[in-house]
Amino acid sequence: MNTTSNLQRILNQGKFAVTAECGPPKSADPEVILKKGALLKGCVDAVNVTDNQTAIVRMSSLAACALLKSAGIEPVLQMVTRDRNRIALQSDILGASALGIHNMLCLSGDHQKFGNMKEGKNVYDLDSIQLIQTVTAMCSKGVFLGEDEKMAVPPKMFVGAAENPFADPFEFRAIRLAKKVAAGAKFIQTQCIYDIAKFKKWMKILRDMGLTEKVYILGGVTPLKGPGMAKYMKNNVAGMDIPDEVIKRMEGTPKEKWREEGIKIAVETIKKLKATQGVAGVHIMAIEWEEAVPMIMEQAGLPPRS
Amino acid sequence: MIVGERKHFIEIAEMLKGYGKVLVVGCGTCVKVCFAGGDKEVALLASQLKIAAKRKKQKLTVTEITVERQCEPEFIEELAPLAADHDVILSMACGAGVQFLAERFPDKIVLPAVNTSHLGVLEKQGVFGERCLGCGDCLIGRFGGVCPVTRCSKSLLNGPCGGSKDGKCEIDPDVKCAWQLIYDRLKTIGQLDNLKAVEQPKKWSTARDGGPRKTVLEDHTI
Repeated sequence: MNTTSNLQRILNQGKFAVTAECGPPKSADPEVILKKGALLKGCVDAVNVTDNQTAIVRMSSLAACALLKSAGIEPVLQMVTRDRNRIALQSDILGASALGIHNMLCLSGDHQKFGNMKEGKNVYDLDSIQLIQTVTAMCSKGVFLGEDEKMAVPPKMFVGAAENPFADPFEFRAIRLAKKVAAGAKFIQTQCIYDIAKFKKWMKILRDMGLTEKVYILGGVTPLKGPGMAKYMKNNVAGMDIPDEVIKRMEGTPKEKWREEGIKIAVETIKKLKATQGVAGVHIMAIEWEEAVPMIMEQAGLPPRS
Repeated sequence: MIVGERKHFIEIAEMLKGYGKVLVVGCGTCVKVCFAGGDKEVALLASQLKIAAKRKKQKLTVTEITVERQCEPEFIEELAPLAADHDVILSMACGAGVQFLAERFPDKIVLPAVNTSHLGVLEKQGVFGERCLGCGDCLIGRFGGVCPVTRCSKSLLNGPCGGSKDGKCEIDPDVKCAWQLIYDRLKTIGQLDNLKAVEQPKKWSTARDGGPRKTVLEDHTI
């Protein structure tokens, strides 16, 4: 199904796709989003907007996506099932499509324990796989969850999901990805990759299961700002796996060259991912460091986007 | 069993401020087993209340009684002769018992001395772990005897989130990842294929989300 998504077009053409990430501000200031967008415009194929990541209250992903869209940048709407039930999720899908947002990433979301609303109630009416299935049925069949009646104008969404090849149980990760594909996911963005060997092992399982024929895999890349960030992510970010040699490499770098080295590691990772069979692109998550994306793109030999 | 935990004494004392005659009512079933509101806990709380009143030179009458169960009419009927003579009834049962006393004694002030925690099991001496949410539509059979609705912090039905590491849940290293438990159990009993199908959205209408629930057994009603 053609969804008018540029990201879908790029991937369907077999081009190596690049997406970046943009976190909305903890304020009502649209300029923050527009500035981040300006740094990424013409540089990547689409920009993911996070949905209250780490369960901290921020400007809504939908509103920030609409701002990016108005600035001529293609957004990917991230939607977590933590905060909204099936009524709100389906309503937001209709609204997003009406606003011209045609990419969506379905996630369960970080538990509220990590955020600034620890005493809040979580929803989890649907899980990420059920959200994929719901939005897919809305788009392809024009029906709401559990209903037969067709809507007048169905939404158009290029549906994606996330997967963490480094979480446990490792053997179940590929089966779970297959479920996401069966539910309707067309592209997958992975957790940040630092352990290439483990990632390649996971990719082989995917290829053996025939999954890379059915879904586009975008490898996650996050440039490190220094050894502190690497250690923090390893120890405090759920599902993050950073091998000791990466941390040692950052530690062995003089402070003034930390960021340069972080970019270098990211570029090396992208080159290795590009050479991995079945990898359709990369998703660069430069956390509060969007300026790094054009530098990484250039050094990785990825041409500017039109 | 229903697991509860006695409220902190300061909170109980604050609730009882201004009352002269307190009837402390224990419950001899679930909360007795988890050391929250049985006869021993009633005796302890009554003593604490008396000592505190004496220290503050306040006049306080405390009467202790423990009934078999505060959730059944025939047992709470034992309280009727005592209730009339007290300003306040302090229930040490779960939330169901507290409310049942308030229904039976509509003109009395009824206060809770216990926080109702969960439906759980005795994991080891002194440790009670949650096992059931009472969702009204049990799915455990498909998940190797482990309930993902209760035991996964996100109630995920289609496998672990990205925060499952070394068998632990991302929210706390002391919390086991329900999906690791499910995976291991299904592997052991040869039912890993159960995990391949996409689990459909849960029918929450049988849970509290469908409104307060009632179970009617036609063949037992009179």
